[in-house]
Formats: sequence, structure tokens, C-alpha cells
Amino acid sequence: MPKLKLGLYWAASCGGCEIAIVELREKILDLDAAAEILFWPVAMDYKYHDVEAMPDQHIDVCLFNGAIRNSENEHVAHLLRKKSKVFVAFGSCAHTGGIPGLANMYSRQSIFERAYFDEPSVINVDKVLPQTSYAMPEGQVNIPRMYNTVKTLAQIEDVDYFVPGCPPQPPQIWNVVEAILSGKLPPKGSVVGANDKTVCDECKHTRQEKRIKKFYRPHEIIPDSNACLFDQGILCAGPATRGGCGALCTKVDLPCRGCYGAPPHVVDQGAALLSAAASVADASTEEEAARIIGEIVDPVGTFYRFGLPASLLHRTRIEPR
Amino acid sequence: MMDVGRHPNIELLTYSDVIGVSGYVGQFKAQIRKRPRYVDMTLCTGCGECVDACVYRKGVPNEFDAGLSKRRAAYIPLNGQGVPMKAVIDKDTCVWLSRGKCLKDCVKACPTGAINFDQKEEIVELNVGSIVVATGFEMFDPKRLSAYAYGKSPDILDGLQFERMSSATGPTKGQILTADGKKPERVAIIHCVGSRDEHANRYCSRVCCMYALKHAHLVRDKTGAEVFEFYMDIRAFGKDYEEFYQRVQEEGVYFVRGRGAEVVVLNDGKLQVKAEDTTLGIPVQISVDMVVLETAMEPQRDSDKVASLFSISRSASGFFQEAHPKLRPFHTNTEGVFLAGTCQAPKDVPDTVAHAGAAASEVLSMLSRGEVVISPTTALVDEKLCSGCKTCIALCPYTALSYLAHNGTGVVQVNEALCKGCGTCAAACPAGAITARHFTDQQIVAELEGLFKPSAMAKELASI
Amino acid sequence: MSENHFEPRIVGFLCNWCTYTAADTAGVNRMKMPPNVDIIRVMCSGRIDPEFVLKAFALGADGVIVSGCHPPGDCHYSNGNFKTFRRMPLLETVLAQYGIEKERFHWGWISGAEANKWTQLVHDFTEQVRTLGPLDWQHELASKED
Repeated sequence: MPKLKLGLYWAASCGGCEIAIVELREKILDLDAAAEILFWPVAMDYKYHDVEAMPDQHIDVCLFNGAIRNSENEHVAHLLRKKSKVFVAFGSCAHTGGIPGLANMYSRQSIFERAYFDEPSVINVDKVLPQTSYAMPEGQVNIPRMYNTVKTLAQIEDVDYFVPGCPPQPPQIWNVVEAILSGKLPPKGSVVGANDKTVCDECKHTRQEKRIKKFYRPHEIIPDSNACLFDQGILCAGPATRGGCGALCTKVDLPCRGCYGAPPHVVDQGAALLSAAASVADASTEEEAARIIGEIVDPVGTFYRFGLPASLLHRTRIEPR
Repeated sequence: MMDVGRHPNIELLTYSDVIGVSGYVGQFKAQIRKRPRYVDMTLCTGCGECVDACVYRKGVPNEFDAGLSKRRAAYIPLNGQGVPMKAVIDKDTCVWLSRGKCLKDCVKACPTGAINFDQKEEIVELNVGSIVVATGFEMFDPKRLSAYAYGKSPDILDGLQFERMSSATGPTKGQILTADGKKPERVAIIHCVGSRDEHANRYCSRVCCMYALKHAHLVRDKTGAEVFEFYMDIRAFGKDYEEFYQRVQEEGVYFVRGRGAEVVVLNDGKLQVKAEDTTLGIPVQISVDMVVLETAMEPQRDSDKVASLFSISRSASGFFQEAHPKLRPFHTNTEGVFLAGTCQAPKDVPDTVAHAGAAASEVLSMLSRGEVVISPTTALVDEKLCSGCKTCIALCPYTALSYLAHNGTGVVQVNEALCKGCGTCAAACPAGAITARHFTDQQIVAELEGLFKPSAMAKELASI
Repeated sequence: MSENHFEPRIVGFLCNWCTYTAADTAGVNRMKMPPNVDIIRVMCSGRIDPEFVLKAFALGADGVIVSGCHPPGDCHYSNGNFKTFRRMPLLETVLAQYGIEKERFHWGWISGAEANKWTQLVHDFTEQVRTLGPLDWQHELASKED
């Protein structure tokens, strides 16, 4: 049987998805036996022009991780889509924007100013900012243009499957690989390597009916190991997050952060979580409700931690200068 | 009422309170507390010997005569005409029950040995399919409006007291007399005491104009006294009502169009009513021997507790809320619970009979159908998506959601007979597992998308 | 129509028993109010998922109204409005973080008998949003693309 031609790429990401592949551990030998990797910048020395030289749809499966932050990310996304039969958004960043997506609370200008002017360890007397193009005696130097807005892979290209997670858990990655090898894939556009039920279904904590008098940030409370973290006032994203990860975070009494993205049919994960959290605030007057809710710090950052680009509004407003 | 007492299909539980209701239409469970009467109902013949023998001769105000007469600790309700016609001993007044010191002459007097001071309260549980709430009203206490000086003179009465005085079974055997036992020569009747008043109830109590006219007629008829009727409007809206108003005018009653503003008790005990006669545009001051204050009909004091008991709401006025003011005046928003009479709003006898008859016919049609038609806008949990996080359960006002544990996890289920379709669970469900039928997320979003889809016409207009 | 005259597009999520009834009464009685509010009826203000409000803004609404029965006692479903007043302050904060001004989102209570309050709200809120100018979220996103 011919080997599966595999491509892997990282756009705006941390490299964790790459590590997740390596975390297959001994199964990576099975992967190597079944697949031929044609492109994997972090691990192998193929170049863009090698991809450009391939015939269209030459790559059987491309696992694309990372969000679309700059013009290079977008360019390579379009290139790999062209060259791949099956194009997979791999990991939270490609799926919903991930942590880089939180940059959508800022603009390119404000990020540059922070990084290049205001950073305490930076000395930039001439107030120099990166340029996409700069003439030097040796010639023109061009670097990719950073966008104002981080996008998900599906927002700029046609995606066949989504593998969620930050990173996707190795057992789930293996399930996806096996599904691809066996040819038993669900309809195009499906989320694979995850469950249909939320994290709560896999979580070891015991749930009660919820009546929250006070919300806590994780560092403000030592939670009871047996009781549901949400019941104790910790903003655990588990109820609004697709399961399949094995509820690894809540297993060690840390609240779920929502990295597997919205459950099926939930259009805006942050809105779902906000609705659930507020609804169970134990308040029977408007004043009490405002007081309890008012203690939630940075709701957008909390509820949209992994999915701001995928949310209904996509980003916060950039004020005119 | 006697027919009710005798009817084989009616079990009459008097001196009892409903203390709990659970379940839902077709399957209610009601808990009733039967208060101890200290009289064995199977032995008591209603002879009244215990009443005559009761040592508490001083008596307490008789509720039935609106405080105009007294009753003893042992009594037969409704001045001996109660249904069932059996004695009851009031535990707060009875010397034996409240102080433990009495010769218990009542026990000795009873020919059947019906008196039993060891009687305890009894809790019974009834399975019923529907509930009709007919808890009536209370009268406004005129002491709340000090301008009327109620309580400062025995000749200032409220409308109910006047009714009792005028009744043949009342304290004066139907004669209209001032406190000194004489017929009054001048009587003032003041409308809207506690009604149509920003300081009391804003609403009109509907029935008082007509009974005020009746009172005027009775005074003229029984005493020949001059009657001054102080009114804002005469609401004679019903069949033959206007004609009765005409008749009372012809009987020589003086109608002063101006709200009775103040009642003054003079040093010699005489009463003075002050008002503005708006037709003449002058203030008037009239000395009278008797004042009748026609007070507002109010919801019962415990209507908030009763509402909560039956899961029904109250209107802003405090009366129980009907499902729809025009089209469903005897339904409540709780399936299977109906309203009859003045607990829903002030109304007179013909309207009450119609209202109660309607509630009864609704119950009959439910009974004859044998099944209940419920709203289709109920919630539905997709068990493939529900992970049993229990976010929704405490949110339901009707306890329609319950958790079903299974294999270390579980799912939530909806009781469609209890679900009223508010949709709050669907809005809260973080997993998107609950559908609010007929108001689904997809339907609402489709409405939004429709609103913002540029129409061909809009495009055309924009290009002009 | 003058180009300078901006007509706000406002979506109102109204509960069937109270505010929708008030709006219906206002209509039946031919009470005058500007036409800028498009009404979406829900059975209870507790039905209103924050997602709907976000969607309305995302689609192009310049302002959104959420209105239900007065707490504590008016809610047809007993306490659906309690959930509303728990959710709306948090939604308000989220909208503000998104850069959508508080003045574009009105949530409150109007009973079935308060038709005049509805017309007043429609009038006042339309003017308030008109002063803020268009939000036009999609255009906003597109114009910041590069």
C-alpha cells in the first residue's frame, strides 16, 4: 500500500502541536511506517519552493496548525490547500484562533507600540517600527505583513476537518490518523478527534445544582477536589467546551480553559459560557446580580480565551486614531 | 351553600388550610391541614347548648357581624347558620384551651358528648386533577385613612357593618339605629374609601356604587332619614343598574358630587362630613348622625402566600392574575389552576356567578376529556449533547428539569407537563443541548438574518 | 434622504407577555414613534441568549434593546427576568470590552400596560443611537483589514 503523503505546517503558533505529534511516542514509528512526510518545517528541511513544485493535491493530508496572523501564514495556507487533498485545521489556533487570537483585543499598531516602544527592556530611541519593506544597500528586504486581525484557518481557506485542542491530545491524534488511514472519515467540515458532549461528561468532579454567590479566579481559592469547580465559583469552561481530551485539566483541579472549542451547534463559545455563568449567579435582585457579576475580571479574555477570532464579533473594535 | 354541604360528590373540609401543593395538571397532590375544632363532627347536632353554656360570656367581636356583636369561645359560625351547622371552639379565646382553667360547662351541656379537647390537627393528602381558587377578598380597613375618623365614633360604620345592621339576622334584627338605639335623622354615605386613591388603592372596586345606592334606599325605606351620598362617579354599569340609580334619586336621596374628604367627630358625638360639591363649586359641611364608609375590596392579606402555594401570579393590585384579562379571565398561567370570584378582581354577585360557572365548566370539560392539552412550546434536551452539568436545573421556575444519573455521569430531562416554555434553560445551556421548541436558536437567528438581508426594494431605494 | 441623516437600525428582543404586549398596544392605539426598531418576540426575556445580541450587532444592528417584565413579581414565568438581570450586566461588560458603547445596548423592563413607556423608549433610544452614529460592524471589520 502506498504511504500516506503527509504535510505539517505551523502558522501563528507555539510549537505545542508539533510536540503533540512527537508525543505519539512509540506510535510515531507506526506513523513513520504508514506515512511519508513531505513538508514539516520544524523537523525537516523542505522549503516552500518544494511545495510550490508539487502537483496540485499531491499531499494526501496536510495538518495545518497555528492561526493566521500575517501575510506569510495566509500565503502558505492558500498554497498548502492547493497542494493537498485533505486540508486539516489542526489544534486550537487553526480551529478557533487559540491564544494568539487574544491579540484581537488589540491592533497591530498598539501591539507594535507595546513591543517596540513601551516594553521596559527595549531601548528604541529612534522609535523604529518593523516595516514590510526596507531598502538596504544590499537590496530590498521584505518581511511578511502582520495583520490587524488574527483569523482562523477556515476564515481564509476551505478546510476539510478540524482537530481541536491546545494541543490535540496524542490519543485523539492517533484516532484521527487511523481514521485517515482506514478511509473512514466523517462528512467534510466535521470536528474529528473530539466528543460531541462537553468536558463535564468526562470530568471526575461531582456536580450539584448551581447557585454561585461569588466567582473566584483560580489563584484565589484552593478548590475542593471532589466538588465541581464551577459549583465552587471558579469559571471553568468545561460546560461550554467540547470534550474528548479526557478532562485532563480538571483532573488536577485546574479549571478547563476551553481549548477544544465550542460544543457542536454552539455558535459562540464565549456567549454560551457567559450565559451559563451569569444565569447561576445566586441573585434575586438586580443589585445583587450586578455585584456578583461585577467581580468577574476580563470577561472577554476569560470566556473567549481560545476562540476570539471564531466568535460572532471576531475582534474588538479598533478605535480610529 | 346547603346544597354544597349535602352533595354526594362534594367533600366539604371546613376550618382547614391548604398547606402544600405539588405535581401538575391532572396529577396534583394537595396537603390539607384540618384544624382541630375540639368538636366531634360525627356527634355534634348543632343544637347550640355548648354555646349557651360557654363561660366566656364577655365574648369577642363576632366576625360574621363585622364586629357589631359578640360571640363566645364556643360558637356555631355564621350566627348559627353555618354549613356544616356544627359548633367550633376558638382555641385563642377558650378559657380552657388558652389558660387551662375552666369548669368546662360546655362539655356538661353537650347532649351527645361531642366536645373533645384532645382533638389534634389532621393532615390529609388529596389527589386532584385541577384546582379552583375561590379565596375571596377582604375589606379595606378605613383606619388607614385617618381623615374618615373610623373608630372614633360608634356611628361611623363601614359598608359591611351597615349590611349586617340592616340584615334581619344581624345585631339589631335589621333595624338601622345609631349607637344610642335611635333611628338616625341624617345619614352620610361616602363612596370610594380606599378606592381610586393614590394613598390606598388606585383601582375602582366596581361594586360599591351599587351597594351604596342600596344602602341609601334601605335608610330611606327603614328610617326615612335624609341621606347624603358623597360620590365621584356613579358606576351603574350593569343590567337594570341605571334604572335603580334613577329610582334612588327619585326617593329623595341627596347626591353630592364630591369626594367625602373628612369626617369630624364633634364634642357632642355628632358627626360632620366635609366635602367639595363640585357641581356647585363650593365646599360643603353637613352634620349627620351616621356615616357609612363604602370601602375598597382588597385582596386577602395572605394572597402572596396563597399565590406561591398554587404557583400563580398576582397582578399589580395584589389580586390573583388571570391568564388574559379579556380572553381568559378565569384561567391562571398555571395549567390546571383556575380562579373564581373576587380573588381575581372586585366583582359583584352576578359577575362572580358567571366567573365561577366558567371556571367550573372548564374543569368539567377537562374531566370529560380525560386528557390535558398543553402548549407545544416546551423545552427538549438532546441527550446526545447533554453532559449533565446541571447548569439548567435550578433555573426552572416549575421544577420541570431533573437529572438522570447514568454511568458516573448523566443527562437532564424535561417534564413536558410542567414545562411552560419560557426558554430560560435553553438560553443558559452552555452545551447547546436544550431546544426551546418554536423559539429555537436557529429560528431567532433566522429572524435576525432576515432583518439584515438587504431586500431588493431596499437596494432600489438606496440607489435613488 | 440626506446622506448626513443616519437612520439607526435597532433590534428589540421583547418578551411576549409584557413589552411585546406594550408595543402591540402602542401600535393598535396608533401611538407615534420612529420606525427604527425591529422587534423579535420571545416568550420570556429569560429566553434571550447573549448570543442573539452579539449576532444582532455582528449582522449590522446599531443598537439593541432587551426588554421584559418588571422584577420581582411580573414575570409570566415567575422569575425568568431574574436570569435576564443576571446575564445582561455581564453582556454589557463584554460588549464594552468589544468596543460597543454601553449606550448602544439598552436592557430594562416595560410592562404590558406601559405602552407609552415603550414609545418613549423607542424615541429616546433611536436618538441616542443616532448621536453615536452607525456601528456597522461588518464594515468596521472590513475597513480594518489589510
